[in-house]
Amino acid sequence: MTSSSIPLPLTKQPVAATVSVAAGRAKKRLTSPWASLFAVVLAILWTLPTFGLALSSLRPERAIKTSGWWTFFSNPQVTLDNYRAALSSDGGGLSSYFVNSFVITIPAVIIPVCLASLAAYAFAWIDFKGRNLLFVAVFALQIIPIQVTLIPLLSLYVKAGLAGSFWTIWLSHSTFALPLAIFLLHNFMKEIPRELIEAARMDGAGHVQIFFRVLMPLMTPALAAFGIFQFLWVWNDLLVALTFAGGTPEVAPLTVGIANLSGTRGTAWHLLSAGAFISIVIPLTVFLALQRFFVRGLLAGGLKG
Amino acid sequence: MTARTKGRGAVAAAGVLALALGASACGTAKKSTTSTGKSGCEAYSQYGNLKGKTVSIYTGIVTPEDKPHTDSYKPFESCTGATIKYEGDKSFEAQVLVRAKAGNPPDLAIVPQPGLVKQLVATGAAKAAPAAVQANVDKFWNKDWKGYGTVNGTFYAAPLGASVKSLVWYSPKEFKDKGYKVPTTLDELKTLSDTIAAGGKKPWCAGVASGDATGWPITDWMEDMMLRLYGPAEYDKWVNHQIAFNSPEPTAALDKVGEFLKNSKYVNGGLGNVQSIASTTFQDAGLPILDGTCSFHRQASFYAANWPKGTKVAEDGDVFAFYLPGVDTTSKPVLGGGEFILAFSDRPEVKAFQTYLSTDTWANNKVASSPAGGWVSANKGLDVNKLTSPIDKLAAQILQDPKAVFRFDGSDQMPAAVGSDAFWKQATNWITGQSTKDTVNKIEAAWPK
Amino acid sequence: MSNTAKFLEMGYAILIFVAIVGVILFIANRFSGRKGDRAVASAFLAPTLIVLSVGLVYPGLRTVYESFFDAAGKAFIGLDNYSTIFTDSDEITVLRNTVVWVLITPFFATGIGLLYAILVDKARLESFAKALIFLPMAISFVGASIIWKFIYEYRPEQSGIKQIGLLNQVVVWLGGSPQQWLLNKPWNNVFLIVIMIWIQAGFAMTVLSAAIKAIPEDIVEAARLDGVKAWGMFRFVTVPSIRPALVVVLTTIGIATLKVFDIVRTVTGGQFGTSVVANEFYSQSFRADNQGLGAALAVLLFLLVIPIVLYNIRQLRASEGR
Repeated sequence: MTSSSIPLPLTKQPVAATVSVAAGRAKKRLTSPWASLFAVVLAILWTLPTFGLALSSLRPERAIKTSGWWTFFSNPQVTLDNYRAALSSDGGGLSSYFVNSFVITIPAVIIPVCLASLAAYAFAWIDFKGRNLLFVAVFALQIIPIQVTLIPLLSLYVKAGLAGSFWTIWLSHSTFALPLAIFLLHNFMKEIPRELIEAARMDGAGHVQIFFRVLMPLMTPALAAFGIFQFLWVWNDLLVALTFAGGTPEVAPLTVGIANLSGTRGTAWHLLSAGAFISIVIPLTVFLALQRFFVRGLLAGGLKG
Repeated sequence: MTARTKGRGAVAAAGVLALALGASACGTAKKSTTSTGKSGCEAYSQYGNLKGKTVSIYTGIVTPEDKPHTDSYKPFESCTGATIKYEGDKSFEAQVLVRAKAGNPPDLAIVPQPGLVKQLVATGAAKAAPAAVQANVDKFWNKDWKGYGTVNGTFYAAPLGASVKSLVWYSPKEFKDKGYKVPTTLDELKTLSDTIAAGGKKPWCAGVASGDATGWPITDWMEDMMLRLYGPAEYDKWVNHQIAFNSPEPTAALDKVGEFLKNSKYVNGGLGNVQSIASTTFQDAGLPILDGTCSFHRQASFYAANWPKGTKVAEDGDVFAFYLPGVDTTSKPVLGGGEFILAFSDRPEVKAFQTYLSTDTWANNKVASSPAGGWVSANKGLDVNKLTSPIDKLAAQILQDPKAVFRFDGSDQMPAAVGSDAFWKQATNWITGQSTKDTVNKIEAAWPK
Repeated sequence: MSNTAKFLEMGYAILIFVAIVGVILFIANRFSGRKGDRAVASAFLAPTLIVLSVGLVYPGLRTVYESFFDAAGKAFIGLDNYSTIFTDSDEITVLRNTVVWVLITPFFATGIGLLYAILVDKARLESFAKALIFLPMAISFVGASIIWKFIYEYRPEQSGIKQIGLLNQVVVWLGGSPQQWLLNKPWNNVFLIVIMIWIQAGFAMTVLSAAIKAIPEDIVEAARLDGVKAWGMFRFVTVPSIRPALVVVLTTIGIATLKVFDIVRTVTGGQFGTSVVANEFYSQSFRADNQGLGAALAVLLFLLVIPIVLYNIRQLRASEGR
């Protein structure tokens, strides 16, 4: 690479002036107690349903079916049986599904994020004929229901000898994620001041250098944000995995294991609620872990002035 | 992606490894030698040595009912050396079609509806049943059952399990306390319902909610009434669309259902008004019997698995079922369901395993590997005395009763556009207020031209 | 396959992918200057366009083609499937519901997400507060359907029977009688939409909160010095500054809403007048075995997204003009 001598344009004055972003923490803008109250009410409303599920997952089967979870407070009955049953090998044994979920999810997040950032860069910062048209076409592909792709794609995988392997799931998830990923990342990339890019070009940087040296550092929060969403969608997906790889414990993700917990005809809510909580742990951890990446804005706004 | 949940030969929780028969009788298969010819393996010698061969089987039967299935394959596996790869999936019905159409079918599939067998055969991926299977089916099943697995004159799918749908669940204790007698005709059932209703209790409880299959229990009701009011011949005509769905007979049958389910004096015991039938899940619908707020719940034998742990299901227990009577005591129409085994491959090991599943040996092995009960078959070689649970015995007795005329669930045989779409939808509309006439007209309109 | 083998395979996949991207970057890097733009763009877009053509465009076109055929996909029947959609009274309800979903969901989800993002911005325990709203996004569908069952479930008013749905319990506590929330038309649609809003607000909140944090502090400070109050700040500073992010969120939720079917399917099964186009598409394709009608409904989804696409084109033009 010949670009090592390119001065990073981050220190250029005009840029810094327009995008200098709060480094210091300002005071809260809405300080009225009503606003705080409202926020608390909203938070409670949003959490209450899940809280109900959490409590239910700790109640005995018969109690779940005959009384509401709030009766727990007047008549507390706690049991870990539901979790024990959901985790035990007899009830399906979720551990191998857990491994599969990880193996499925990690590449299915990395691949589309990388491909989409390349494509989004091309749509946002490279001039070529038909760019906008192509971008709109790609973004409109979001509307294609995954279900219409199942049979054609599975036929292709069968011909390629891939059916039943993880490869099909990785490829499919990556494909399905691209339109939205490109749309989101493109819109965030567009937010980066043109002056930054122009300055780098003036200094003789090629697109590859600009992409890595200018865009990527600024995009980290946006990539983390999309990464989280993609992680959730893949983690919680049932259909794609089931269709392309099948429901055997060899390849099937946690969602398959949990869906089957309810039994052939069953509505085993007690097992399902425990299962739902087992599967929520990982995505929530990922959210909390990655949240710090974009706590300062979708673009690494802290461009030092 | 909810699987269609009706009509499966149900199996109660059975985590026990019970089966002494297979594994021990055959001993563990020696890897080096031909395992046929070992003691206990005589019945399996016909299948030859299948060492290293794998057969995949795809079903909608998941935990805990999958365990008795895989256990019942073990004698075959250990005697022939073959490996059976079992895949249970709640969204089987939609997925199996996708896989068949995309050229990725399993070797064998356990299909719970004759209608779906037809659809799968139409994809061109299915294989006709081998001669040995056909011979077994001729020997162990009656003609009707064979017919359900036959598409356009070719026999494809052998029956496996069966369930009896013409059952009414009740509380034996309530009957004893109040001195009620199990009704033997439809009129007696009505009179008894009236008696209970006069005492201020709503006698019937029902629920048809079942995710995307909501409405199916009403189709079972209607089929039962069609069989009772007009007999099997007319029933077959209706199912095969030789008479229109909105002709007088089906209309009257649905009205007959309405005398029970749309009768606000009769329903919905412990669950609400007539409308609440639409929003109560079929799994929950019978539970009020335990609370004493309801007396009757019409549901198939597989409902036995649905009672909470600790409920005694027996003639002298907390709940039991009686045969939903006919119009008189001379006729005994039985509505039922079941599942079929369909092959998508004709490799020798697939044929061998398919043949094994059609034998009386397998049927009895399956019973033995279901120690908690919950599985019966219409296989005539099934030894009824080996059944452990009273409700299975009752179901098997009904299935093998020479007076009984068995008919398979009609909606399972109708084209999918009706049997798993319009019929369910309109039946649900009907229970929430739509007239019988509108209902049958709309279903007729949905019949594929 | 052992767990180690699984992780190894995953490692290979990532390596292969990294190698591919490396080759692309290497090729792209050989072109520089304005003239090479086209070549670089092709290199950057090639993998995306290839997988999209195979994975989405081809199946999409096939669906359009199939929509002119009958249930079995054998006989050409022209526009019959489409006329069925627009004449059948049940299908008209489906269309109406879809429009209602798309009109309500994005705006409420975005509005709530935005409001919450502003309220908790820089508050104490901000990440915790945000995690609470985000929670529903992390819950699998199976979990969500049980959660809402415990909200909407109905039990009759009868001695010895307790409510197990929270909403009815609240009604009973307030002295009312329990309602069949999911049965009573047309309000049952609203109760389903609430579930979608509950899930999507977390998405809106996350993106918008990040956008709010990127608002240059000097703008805020200047406005404050001008004596702009909270509402003015919201209207004249916050909203204009995060406008692009708002468009992104509204668009994404709008499209997700058009495609949503699992909520409807698991909660009401599309009965009681609650079906939407995506659910109908699913039923016809995978249950009623009517390939043609199913395809036509999918095409209808493609058409319904056009207004959203046009709106985005306008936004794109506007941003180019900056």
